[in-house]
Amino acid sequence: MPVVAETLDAVQAATESGYKWGFSTDIEMEMAPKGLNTDIIRLISARKNEPEWLLEWRLKAYAVWLKMEEPDWAMVNHPPIDYQDLHYYAAPKKKPGPRSLDEVDPELLRTYEKLGIPLRERAILAGVEGAEDERPQVAMDAVFDSVSVATTFKATLAKSGVIFCPISEAVQEHPELVRKYLGSVVPVGDNYFAALNSAVFTDGSFVYIPKGVRCPMELSTYFRINARNTGQFERTLIIAEEASHVSYLEGCTAPQRDENQLHAAVVELVAFDDAVIKYSTVQNWYPGDAEGKGGVYNFVTKRGACRGARSKISWTQVETGSAITWKYPSCILQGDDSVGEFYSVAVTTNHQQADTGTKMIHIGKRTTSTIVSKGISAGKSNNTYRGLVRIAPRADGARNFTQCDSLLIGDQCGAHTVPYIESRNPTARLEHEATTSKIDDDQLFYCRQRGLNQEDAVGMIVNGFCKDVLKELPMEFAVEAQKLLAVSLEGSVG
Amino acid sequence: MLEIKGLAAVIDNKTILNGIDLVVPTGEIHAIMGPNGSGKSTLAYVLAGREGYEVTAGSATYDGHDLLGIEPEERAALGLFLAFQYPVELPGVNNANFLRTALNAQRRARGEAELNAVQFLKLARAQAKALSMPDDMLKRNVNVGFSGGEKKRNEVLQMAVLRPKLAILDETDSGLDIDALKIVADGVNALRGPDFSAVVITHYQRLLDHIVPDRVHILSNGRIVKSGGPELAHALEAGGYAAIVPEGASEAA
Repeated sequence: MPVVAETLDAVQAATESGYKWGFSTDIEMEMAPKGLNTDIIRLISARKNEPEWLLEWRLKAYAVWLKMEEPDWAMVNHPPIDYQDLHYYAAPKKKPGPRSLDEVDPELLRTYEKLGIPLRERAILAGVEGAEDERPQVAMDAVFDSVSVATTFKATLAKSGVIFCPISEAVQEHPELVRKYLGSVVPVGDNYFAALNSAVFTDGSFVYIPKGVRCPMELSTYFRINARNTGQFERTLIIAEEASHVSYLEGCTAPQRDENQLHAAVVELVAFDDAVIKYSTVQNWYPGDAEGKGGVYNFVTKRGACRGARSKISWTQVETGSAITWKYPSCILQGDDSVGEFYSVAVTTNHQQADTGTKMIHIGKRTTSTIVSKGISAGKSNNTYRGLVRIAPRADGARNFTQCDSLLIGDQCGAHTVPYIESRNPTARLEHEATTSKIDDDQLFYCRQRGLNQEDAVGMIVNGFCKDVLKELPMEFAVEAQKLLAVSLEGSVG
Repeated sequence: MLEIKGLAAVIDNKTILNGIDLVVPTGEIHAIMGPNGSGKSTLAYVLAGREGYEVTAGSATYDGHDLLGIEPEERAALGLFLAFQYPVELPGVNNANFLRTALNAQRRARGEAELNAVQFLKLARAQAKALSMPDDMLKRNVNVGFSGGEKKRNEVLQMAVLRPKLAILDETDSGLDIDALKIVADGVNALRGPDFSAVVITHYQRLLDHIVPDRVHILSNGRIVKSGGPELAHALEAGGYAAIVPEGASEAA
C-alpha cells in the first residue's frame, strides 16, 4: 500500500486513539473574572503581595500592549483570539504556604502521578533529607496553573547558595535581584505576547546561581495548564553569575480541551563571564484533535543574554505538542568569545502548525553560534524553521553554523525554511546547510525485512534523524523525548 | 523448504516474473543466475515482501507458511533474510542498536527471550570477529559512509547475528574484491547445515567457487529456463547465456 493511503488511515487511527494525557483535575479554583484591564492587573499584583514597582512595571507593559498589534508574519493561521474572553488569574485554593509534600493537595499529587512526574519517588524524597546523594538528582518546581505549590530539593540547593523558587516568592524574598534583571533581556515592549505576559504573568521559576557555583543537580519544572479558559503566562528568570553552571529542564503536558488555550510565556536568561546555562525543553501540550479542533496556542518569547566573556547559552527543545507553536529561543552574544547554541526538534502532525527557530545576535568578538534544527511534518501539518543570524559591525571573527533538516511523512504536510542572515562584518564566517527529505520506502522496507514492524521502523528512522539534537538533552530527558517522538508519530505511516 | 509455484509478478504494469517454479529443500543452497533484467532481484523482493510489486499468479510458501500473505517483518521472524544488493543507509541509527532491535523484534515474535545489551554485544562482537570485521562496524551508523564493500560485509554481519533459516543473497558479490568475496562466502558457509537454506543470486561463477551450490538455476525473462548442478555455472561461464538460454529468451524483459 502506498504511503499516502497509509497516512490517511493513520490519521484516522490517531483520532481514535486520542491524547494520552488528556485529563482534568478537579480542584477548587479561585478565578478572577474574564477580561483584561488595569483592575485585573491590580488584582493579580495584590494577590501576590507585590511591591509597588512591580505593579507599575505591569501597568506600563499593559499600556504598551494596548498600542501593539498581534504579529501576523508567522506562517500560522488561527481564528482571532478574544483577549477579553480569558481568565487572567486562577489559583488552586490552598492552605497558606505548603512547605512539604504532605501539605500538598493529594488530588494534585495524583495529577502529577498521571503525568509521570517522579515527585513522590522515594529517591527524590530521600534526596530532600540526605545531604549528599551520589545518584543524579532532579529538583523540581511544579507549576500548577498559576501558582507554584510544591518545591523540592530546596535545602540542598540553598547549601550551595543556589536560589530556585517560584518567581512570586523571589519577588518577596529577593526583590533586588528580580528588579535588576526582570525585563532586562526581554523588555516589556519587545513584542505583543511578551508585553501581554509582562502585564499579567502570575508565576514561573526563578533561578540564581552564585559566582563559581556549579549547580549540584538538574533543575526541572513541569508546567501544566489546567483551568478551563485560563491563559497561562509564566515568567522565568535565570541568572548565572561568573563561572557558574546550570542545567534547567522544562517539560509540559496539558489536559484535553475543546477551546483553544492561549499560552504566552517569557523566559529570560543572563550569563556572566564564563557562565554556562543549558536550557532544555520537552513540550507536549495538547495539539488538538485530528480535525484540528482545540489545542494549545503557544506564543513564547525565550531569550538569553551572554553578557560576559566566554559565557555560553544552549537551548535544546523537543516540540511535539500545541496546535500552534510560535517560538524562537534566542541568544544575544554580547561578551567576547561567547557561545550560543540552538538544538531543536519540532514534530507536527494532523493540523498542527509550528513556526519556530532562533535568533543569534553576534555583538562580541569571536562569538560563535550553532543552530541545528530538525523539523518533522506529518498529516496536514505545517512546520516552519525561521531563524536570524546577525553579525554586528564590531563582531570580528564571528562564526555561525546552521543546519536545517526537514523530514516529510506523507504528501499533505509542509516544511518551510526561512533563514535570515545579516552580516555587517567582513571577517565573519557563516555556514548554512539545509535538506528536505521524505521517510524513504526503501528505509522502511530495510527495517521491516530485518524484523521491525512499521511503527518501530518509523520511530527508529525519526530518532536517527533527530540524533544530533537528542544527544544534547540530559540523559533522563533524552529517553523521555525518544519515546515522545515515537508516540507522536504513531500511525503517521501505515 | 521454500516452494515457489507459477509465481508471476508485475510492477508498473510490466510483467517481470512470468511463472517461476522453484523448490529449495531445507539444508540446500541454490544459485540463481541470469542476464540483467531477467527478474532475479524482483524474485528476491517479492519473496521478502517489498511494496510496489503485484503478484498476479502463483504462490510462495516457506515451511508451509504462505509467504505472500504476511508482512515483511513476519517473514523475517520466520527466518527469512534478504541481503540487499544496495543496502540502505539509516542516518543517525547506530548499527548495534539497529541490529539488537531487529533481533529482539524477531525473538519476541517467535516467543523467545530478548537479549539485553550485554548479551547482544557479546554475540555481535563474536560474529564480527569470526568474519574478520572490526568492532567499530557495530558503532557506526547503519551503512552511512560505508564503502560498497563495507556495506556488503555489514549485510553478512547482520545475517550472522540474526541467524536466518532461509537467506536470499541478492548479488552480494557484486563490486567485491576477492578478500571481501571470501568474507561473504565464509558468512554463508558458516550457516550451512541441515536447518539452513539459501538462494544465492549472482552474475558470476566466481562466488560459486566459494559457496558451492547444490543446484544452479538460470533465470530468463522471468522464468527458470534451465536447472542443473554446479557444473551448469561453469558451462555458463565458458559459453555465456547465449549457449544455454533458448534463442530470443535472453533479451531483456
